[in-house]
Amino acid sequence: MFSRMAPHSRTGFARSVPELGLLLLTILVLLEGSVLRLGAASSPATQSHGAADCPKPVETHHNKTKKAFPVLSFEYDHVKMPFEISLWVLLASLMKLGFHLIPRLSNIVPESCLLIVVGLLVGCLIKLAREDVPPVLDSQFFFLCLLPPIILDAGYFLPIRPFMENLGTILMFAVVGTLWNAFFVGGLLFALCQIPQAGLDIGLLPCLLFGSIISAVDPVAVLAVFEEIHINELLHILVFGESLLNDAVTLVLYNLFEEFSEVGSVTVLDGILGVISFFIVALGGVLFGAIYGFLAAFTSRFTSHTRVIEPLFVFVYSYMAYLSAEMFHLSGIMALIACGAVTRPYIEANISHKSHTTIKYFLKMWSSVSETLIFIFLGVATVEGPHRWNWIFVTATVILCLVARVIGVGGLTYVINKFRIVKLTTKDQFIIAYGGLRGAIAFSLGFLLNKSFEMREIFLTAIITVIFFTVFVQGMTIKPLVELLAVKKKQEAKRSINEEIHTQFLDHLLTGIEDICGHYGHHHWKDKLNRFNKKYVKKFLIAGERSKEPQLIAFYHKMEMKQAIQLVESGGGSKLPSAMPSTVSMQNIQPKHQPAPPKPTERALPQLPKSREEEIRKILRTNLQRTRQRLHSYNRHTLVADPDENAFKDLILKKQKMIELDRKIKEMTMYLTVPAPHQGSPTMSRARLASGRNTDFIPAQQQKGNKKSSDPQAYNIKPASDAMPIIQVDLASPQSPDSVNLLDEIGKADRGEEQGLIMKPPPGLSGSDQHGEKEKDDWRDQQKLMRCLSDPGPGAEEDEDEPFLP
Amino acid sequence: MGAKQTRSEHDHQDLVEKTGFSVEQIQNLLKRFQQLSGNEETISREHLKSIPALANNPIRMQIIEAFFDKRNQHGNELGSYEEIGFEEFLMVMSHFRPPTLTTTTEEKETMRKEKVRFLFNMHDTDGDGKITLAEYRKVVEELLSKSGTIEQEAAKAIADAAMLEVASTNVPNMGPDDFYEGITFEHFEQILKDLEMESRMHIRFLDVNATKVHCGK
Repeated sequence: MFSRMAPHSRTGFARSVPELGLLLLTILVLLEGSVLRLGAASSPATQSHGAADCPKPVETHHNKTKKAFPVLSFEYDHVKMPFEISLWVLLASLMKLGFHLIPRLSNIVPESCLLIVVGLLVGCLIKLAREDVPPVLDSQFFFLCLLPPIILDAGYFLPIRPFMENLGTILMFAVVGTLWNAFFVGGLLFALCQIPQAGLDIGLLPCLLFGSIISAVDPVAVLAVFEEIHINELLHILVFGESLLNDAVTLVLYNLFEEFSEVGSVTVLDGILGVISFFIVALGGVLFGAIYGFLAAFTSRFTSHTRVIEPLFVFVYSYMAYLSAEMFHLSGIMALIACGAVTRPYIEANISHKSHTTIKYFLKMWSSVSETLIFIFLGVATVEGPHRWNWIFVTATVILCLVARVIGVGGLTYVINKFRIVKLTTKDQFIIAYGGLRGAIAFSLGFLLNKSFEMREIFLTAIITVIFFTVFVQGMTIKPLVELLAVKKKQEAKRSINEEIHTQFLDHLLTGIEDICGHYGHHHWKDKLNRFNKKYVKKFLIAGERSKEPQLIAFYHKMEMKQAIQLVESGGGSKLPSAMPSTVSMQNIQPKHQPAPPKPTERALPQLPKSREEEIRKILRTNLQRTRQRLHSYNRHTLVADPDENAFKDLILKKQKMIELDRKIKEMTMYLTVPAPHQGSPTMSRARLASGRNTDFIPAQQQKGNKKSSDPQAYNIKPASDAMPIIQVDLASPQSPDSVNLLDEIGKADRGEEQGLIMKPPPGLSGSDQHGEKEKDDWRDQQKLMRCLSDPGPGAEEDEDEPFLP
Repeated sequence: MGAKQTRSEHDHQDLVEKTGFSVEQIQNLLKRFQQLSGNEETISREHLKSIPALANNPIRMQIIEAFFDKRNQHGNELGSYEEIGFEEFLMVMSHFRPPTLTTTTEEKETMRKEKVRFLFNMHDTDGDGKITLAEYRKVVEELLSKSGTIEQEAAKAIADAAMLEVASTNVPNMGPDDFYEGITFEHFEQILKDLEMESRMHIRFLDVNATKVHCGK
């Protein structure tokens, strides 16, 4: 925003905004340093206190002089820990804000680099203030607190379809690629160490250990960099998937080599055990994750009365999955991914819209802060050391990593392409190779090494150098390279209902063709899984009616709701931002003459002129706002005891009745032949509006009565003159083509969805022509209101289909 | 015996050129064809209907129809056959071949058009070159038909909304009295252009001679 404002404002101001940002940054950094210094200053004090404690009490007993009551005292120790943590988090968040104030910088340099630099600065400051820097990137802290949110976020929003389609490729890269990297780097480094001039004396096993640490592509770094370059989905999922799944390999290799580098030798038996261990680690992790995921989904089935804590279940179950997996030394990352991916489709069908938003935003928030903190800490830890710089070792490592990656990707792609249908081109290979970034996980693993391990310092230095190299050099240059190579970018298109229909159609078509061909291919098994899912699993895990809802309808409802939310948010007065400016409405596509059994003559409703439309929208908007104000106050307890929920349950019963009634009414001759009086006629409108309509739900009988009155236009929302803009909130009309919203509500009502009516924008409001038998439904369409209760989340348009955008 | 073999090989050579399959693939498909037809020369709709695996497919009838549709034979005829021979079977199957590494961009474009054309023909049941609202509704209904709850109104609503979207994107400035006849082939291509049909609409055809074909009857 500032960048756009700047040119217009006075030059003095324009110059000062980026400067302001920089000033802010420096102040924060200084603050951070000074506080930590203070912390350091006070802690020796406490220690001396502790030591002096013993003789002290003896003294105080003797001289119990009266001291003045301390009006204001300072005691830092007992808030030290949370205070410092909060300060770090605050620093991280403010950094994130700050970078976006300086737009030019964030275009060139990826955020991760900037954060590392900030970390370096803070580290230097701290070092200046005191002799040593506290170990901030404590491996415990990293693995237990910083990493899980990022992985959970990735797992929950993982695009399942492309992931599964490319699973073979991803696994190849993750497992075979990482193994290749580890052995190549480790082996060649060992060979290097054999050269006496190198001055290094590292055994084979430590070298291999180092190789296994440095070979893993890091999900945090990949996420951070790839998020900003927006490459196409395939490449993204390949690199990202690889970075997630190689955790199992890294774990096994690391444990194996660490274990045995102390001993000094590895036997074949150990190798075999290692392989078995790999399978156990990987599959065990996934199993844990899946179990917890199903538990979470099952729990969410019963949360219809306590909506407030729904998000908590997702977080806690997933974290438990991670911790349980870590407990058994299984792959926690894979557990988290499995848990998130498994739980998501079922939980989303069960929880309320608000909980869904909460989960989304909490995950994004935590992962964002975590990521920022990780990079800052990397910077700080770099300053801290311990370092032992060895030119040869470090440069060799960097070069070998690059070479290993390129060869690995190239070779593997050659093999993989034999099995893939959509082959990976050279450009793709280059991006995959170039995107193999190392990050904080490698550093943490190195940090975890036993302190008495002699090579630890050399290793740490080399690891940090490689991380810096990949994040800075590769991270900064990947964006221009992507542009240069004209790699396909991510499709920004929104999913439309047409695409959904045809995607499903295609799925069924391909399954059918496979069946005709007779071989059980990819589609066949997918179809079988889907059917199993629908038949058994969904019934078990999803509450109520939603378990039977076909995917297409669910998608359609989701889309409608999004549209309605958009309309409400944009104030109702303007067109939907996403809609193309078109004058096409329902009447254009409905065939004018429908051959059917006795139908009354069709009458075209005159289309509402634009001004009327505007008025209608304005009225709706004001009424909506009023409705919002009338909502109950946000007491934690009343949040769930929503009076609408009970009303919805009644509605289901009424719906049945209404369907029957409507069917009967259809057969009756209707009012359609009566020419509509002038729309603006105040008397008429007031007469209609005054007939006791309010914003309560109207039982079926009364509505039926209303329908029978003569004027079809009566049921348009008449903002007319100064007629009271009471909008009749109506829930009926399951028959109208636009009324599938109600099915949605009925369905959602079962889940106690706190939603009111869904306002049907353009088709209804434009007063478009409907068919004869549907005209009586018009008025109901047009009077549906969307009680989209408060927060749909500002990024509501942001699709969960685009998980990689923050 | 020998003469018969050379003759069938010769036929296969023609088919290779016409459809683009390899000889092994054609042989596998021939085996399957013979299995389906009970070793006769032609198959009819009943043969295809009797495949048990297809029973669960919601768009089963459309798929079967597509095999008998003359428009899918790369000719210019309309209408449908009663029975089809191996060549027609193969022609329909050829729509599902994947692109290879050597496929050029123009070839990919042609492939895509072919595949989209196939889909279009499946929707446009009366052959008038347009998918009307009624036909589109039928598509959506069929898709939802196996889902248990047959919500007629829901299907209609979805089809209407989808049609509206097509109309809005392709003919944005229609007057209130204009009537959008139906989705033409160009509009249809427009909808699907983001789906990258040439990479998605394909199945894996077996090259190896040993087919794991269970008695899929």
